[in-house]
Amino acid sequence: MSTLPDTPQAPETGTARVKRGMAEQLKGGVIMDVVNAEQAKIAEDAGAVAVMALERVPADIRKDGGVARMSDPNMIEEIIDAVSIPVMAKSRIGHFVEAQVLQSLGVDYIDESEVLTPADEVNHSDKWAFTTPFVCGATNLGEALRRIAEGAAMIRSKGEAGTGNVVEAVRHLRQIKNEIAKLRGFDNHELYAAAKELRAPYELVKEVAELGKLPVVLFSAGGVATPADAALMRQLGAEGVFVGSGIFKSGDPAKRAAAIVKATTFYDDPKIIADASRNLGEAMVGINCDTLPEAERYANRGW
Amino acid sequence: MNNPPVIGVLALQGDVREHLIALAAADAVARPVRRPEELAEVDALVIPGGESTTMSKLAVLFGMLEPLRERVRAGMPVYGTCAGMIMLADKILDGREDQETLGGIEMIVRRNAFGRQNESFEAKIDFAGIDGGPVEGVFIRAPWVESVGASAEVLATYDGHTVAVRQGNVLATSFHPELTGDDRVHGYFVEMVRAGA
Repeated sequence: MSTLPDTPQAPETGTARVKRGMAEQLKGGVIMDVVNAEQAKIAEDAGAVAVMALERVPADIRKDGGVARMSDPNMIEEIIDAVSIPVMAKSRIGHFVEAQVLQSLGVDYIDESEVLTPADEVNHSDKWAFTTPFVCGATNLGEALRRIAEGAAMIRSKGEAGTGNVVEAVRHLRQIKNEIAKLRGFDNHELYAAAKELRAPYELVKEVAELGKLPVVLFSAGGVATPADAALMRQLGAEGVFVGSGIFKSGDPAKRAAAIVKATTFYDDPKIIADASRNLGEAMVGINCDTLPEAERYANRGW
Repeated sequence: MNNPPVIGVLALQGDVREHLIALAAADAVARPVRRPEELAEVDALVIPGGESTTMSKLAVLFGMLEPLRERVRAGMPVYGTCAGMIMLADKILDGREDQETLGGIEMIVRRNAFGRQNESFEAKIDFAGIDGGPVEGVFIRAPWVESVGASAEVLATYDGHTVAVRQGNVLATSFHPELTGDDRVHGYFVEMVRAGA
């Protein structure tokens, strides 16, 4: 069949479709925080769809305090070399130079993350300016749409990272889903007012009202520590989950990671979730979010 | 008019929803398939895009690998996109050592051949057997076909690399028609299913 014409058009990289489409491929999967190549391999072995390379998991960032920044490029490259699945990495909010560095390293997704210390208290990075797609956190629909307006190609509900407590993840995902459901019932007149209230572009608000979902993939993050937690977020409407400290701060990371992958796929099958939950060893200790001082609530970062 | 064929979408992981929508638009009855008993109820199957290592692992864990291989051997029409193409190869390059595939097309597929996400791209693709101009190709960390056996037919190439292949009832593309709103490739597959019925 050598008579077929080859297609000569120049390829177009970094389009919205290519960026958002990448997140579509991650759906139904688990993205795991890892701090070195060895953990990245454990995550890949367990069936993670991607890993998030960072220097300290959120639980340790909490413990250590101080300013949390982008990871060492060496460490990110070691992780890229160690696994064949996609590698994500975090930049500080508004720190577009960290994002430029991450893009130059060839990471597959940049998380402009509230888990790191914000670099700008007013502006998030202009994510349209990058070829590498971005995922951003949100606690409500308005915040999600503002991030999408800035170019985010994937949204994760924020939760409260590094606590091992799923309560904030549930709150934020429910908030986003409820606000979307409410929009569905609005007529055109009401959508203008809704856009004003959400502090989001009218076109995006209208698109969400029509689709009944965000125009990008929605994952859940921040507090997932058990297979049942992951399945809960899926049943509440998350299209996949990020697990941070929950795996590598637990007694048996390899086993827990594989168990969370299973429960994320069969999130609606309690028997499989039960089997996945057996003999996992100790879960991470966990923090009660209502005892967290205001300044230590990462979800309040970003606006 | 015959009854529309029932086409499953392997729903272990990946962009299942987009395939369900594209199949429905191409006049098939589409439903997700995660269990052997669900597989038994469909006339044909789509293996979506996703992370092929995860998909392979889940297929093994949940006892889907052998039932899938049996159906493919028995001639069930199958269409795989991206990770799905990898699943339909009889040999893969740059995969994991423990990565299982179903076979179905005599081909060697190179995983992530077009590069990482920064190299992911869109381009118009001439597709043999599909009328109405080139289809929109969305390539995401996409594989390409390194070589095909004598009974496989190359349907599209890009930059010298094979990106769409058919062998009998089995179809595979490196790219993701399900992300474009252009249902012609799904229509082509539904026609394959009807013709085989």
